[in-house]
Formats: sequence, C-alpha cells, structure tokens
Amino acid sequence: MLWEVFVRARGGLHHAHVGSIHASDAELAMENARDVFTRRGEAASLWVVPSTAIVASDPADADVLFEPAMDKEFRHPTYYEVPDGVTNL
Amino acid sequence: MEAGELLERFEAFVASEGKIESDSWMPDAYRKTLVRQISQHAHSEIIGMQPEGNWLTRAPSLRRKAILLAKVQDEAGHGLYLYAAAETLGTSRDEMVDALLDGTAKYSSIFNYPTPTWADIGAIGWLVDGAAIMNQVPLCRCSYGPYARAMKRVCKEESFHQRQGFDILVTLCRGSDAQRAMAQDALDRWWWPSLMMFGPHDGDSPHSATSMRWRIKRFSNDELRQRFVDVTVPQAHFLGLRIPDDELVYDDTTGHWKFGEPDWDEFQRVLAGDGPCNAERIERRTRAHVDGAWVREAAEAYAAKHVAAPAA
Ligand SMILES: [Fe+2]
Ligand SMILES: [Fe+2]
Repeated sequence: MLWEVFVRARGGLHHAHVGSIHASDAELAMENARDVFTRRGEAASLWVVPSTAIVASDPADADVLFEPAMDKEFRHPTYYEVPDGVTNL
Repeated sequence: MEAGELLERFEAFVASEGKIESDSWMPDAYRKTLVRQISQHAHSEIIGMQPEGNWLTRAPSLRRKAILLAKVQDEAGHGLYLYAAAETLGTSRDEMVDALLDGTAKYSSIFNYPTPTWADIGAIGWLVDGAAIMNQVPLCRCSYGPYARAMKRVCKEESFHQRQGFDILVTLCRGSDAQRAMAQDALDRWWWPSLMMFGPHDGDSPHSATSMRWRIKRFSNDELRQRFVDVTVPQAHFLGLRIPDDELVYDDTTGHWKFGEPDWDEFQRVLAGDGPCNAERIERRTRAHVDGAWVREAAEAYAAKHVAAPAA
C-alpha cells in the first residue's frame, strides 16, 4: 500500500509533506521513508500516513474554494497607509 | 527511567531551547499550565469577537464593514488554532467549552468592557490588538511546538488588525471636533484596561518564574507593559490624543516613559466576573452554543451514517 511521508526538518517546525512511499505496513513505511527521504540529514522527525487517509480538495474546485480570498486586500497590513512619523505599528 | 531523571532531562532540554511536542514526556504541571494558558487564550479570541461584532452592522461604510468582518473572522480562526493546540495536550473541546461557559475558565478581562461608539473599534484594534501582539510575539518561541506554531500564524494575521484600528482613529482625528472628541473618549476608556492585559505586577504573578524557566514565557508582565507604553505613547501623540495618565512622563536617563498605576482592584473585580459586560458576554456565548447544538448533532448523525454505510 501507499503511504504519504511528512518530514519535520528541525525541532519546533511543522511536518511538511515530501512525497509518498510504498510499504506493506506502518513499520516498513517508516523504515523506507527514512531510507528514501532523509539520506542527507533532512529530518528531526518523520510521519507516515496511509495515502487513503488523506482527504484532498479537487484542483478543479480551486476557484470556488480560494478565489473569494483574492479580492480582500484589506486582510494584508500593506493595505493600510501608515502616516509618516508613525513607528512600531 | 525514573521520574526525577525524566524531569531533569526535560528541564535541560527546554533550557537549551528544545521544542516539546504532544508525544514528548512532560511534567504534569507543564501540561496543566499550557492547557490553562492555551485554552484561556482561545476563549479570549472567541469572546473577543463580541465587542467588535457589536459594530458589524453599523460600521460607517461598506469598506469599513468588510474590514471589520474580516478581522472578526480572523479572531474566530485564532480561537480555533488555539483550541486545537490545547487538544494536542489531551484535553477535549467539550471540556474547554464547558469550563468557559460555567465560569471556571477565565478569558482576558479586556473583553468585558463595552463598545458604545465607533471609535471603540479603532481603539480596540490599536490598543487591544497592539497589546496582544506584544504578548504574542514572544510566544512564537514558546517551548511547546503546537502552541508556538499556532502563534506564528496568529501573529502574521494580527498585523492588519492593529493597522485597521489605527487607521480608524487617524480618520476620526483628522475629522470634526466631535469625531476627535469621540476618539479621545475611546482612548480614555481603553487605556487602563489595555495596560491590565499584561497581567499583575511581576511580584504578584506567582507562576511567572516557572513559566519563564520552562520557556513558555520570555518576558515578564512588567517588561512587556513598559514596552507597550513606550511604543504607544508616541502614536497617541501623533493622533493628537492625550493619554489619560497625569503621571506619564518621559525619563531622559532611561529612555522609557514612566506611567501611573492601573486600578488593580478593578482588574481583580472584572477578572472575578464583575465587569461591565461579563454576564452579557457569557450569556451570549452560551446562547450561541445552545442554539448551535442541532448543527453539531446533525453533523455527528451524518458522520455516523457514513461510517455505517460507506459510499459505493
Ligand atoms: Fe486574535
Ligand atoms: Fe486580533
């Protein structure tokens, strides 16, 4: 079966998805992920998750899901003019 | 390994800036402190939507309304990041919500003050979010990984909150006499409660030393309060507003603003439940929770049905 591999590069960081690995069980998936994805000291910790456990959004829905956030510039601090002379804002 | 040895290792690990994760060994007191702090932080974000929500339908323009709506949405999101971070420590969402509604859990006293005018929305963004940022930035380096990561997201989102508040006040202060008076009145009411957001004096803050040693906290309450005053006073002067403190004076030798004493009796009173809006805030949150019960039940029922009969 297929497993999704997540690597935490350094203590304190998020685990980030790096790819997938084939293995017959969780233990083997962990070993294979270590061999395949962390040969250059990329990891402080590893997660393997059965690929079937991932629920993914459909890329075709990207507009519906994410486009409404695009016209809301006021969510960004740069939208606001900070008057000259004002600091630490 | 023995408990003493585990504790020793833990202390050395956090002292060397190691990050604790949900599956790491941690002392019970560390777990309890974090559950209390993170859940109270989450409650503050959730209750904090109410004073601003009060102006959503009455914002002076469509633009201001869209901005305020976006800000209040962010606060809801902050609450959710934080509840989830607390859940990684083994507490449940239900326990946390119950503790908020039955009064055993606290939330920031600042949200128990009313918002009678539009200028209050400016003052909240500028002062309350400003003070929150001052408190939260050091928490991005907290020893507990899930909390630190949640705080990074929160801080990134906060920067617009403070600016939109200041922007409201700049507009009012460039306006009519009545608008300037409204801005001054808001500052008069929000200044002292904002200073109280940093908590009691270091000497009266019994758990501070342990939290510092465990790298949950980085700076003392008084240090952060001083920093807040130092950056905020010049901003008030820019607005042409007067800070309501007769003892406020710049100290040339230290480079800091000296300021008066907040009314700590008031702080304790509001924290104990006797502020202007405590009852209203909890009543409203309880009503929203009860009114939403059918949604949670429907979602559970739907999920159970799908487990019973997976889609073909
Ligand atoms: Fe927030
Ligand atoms: Fe905020």
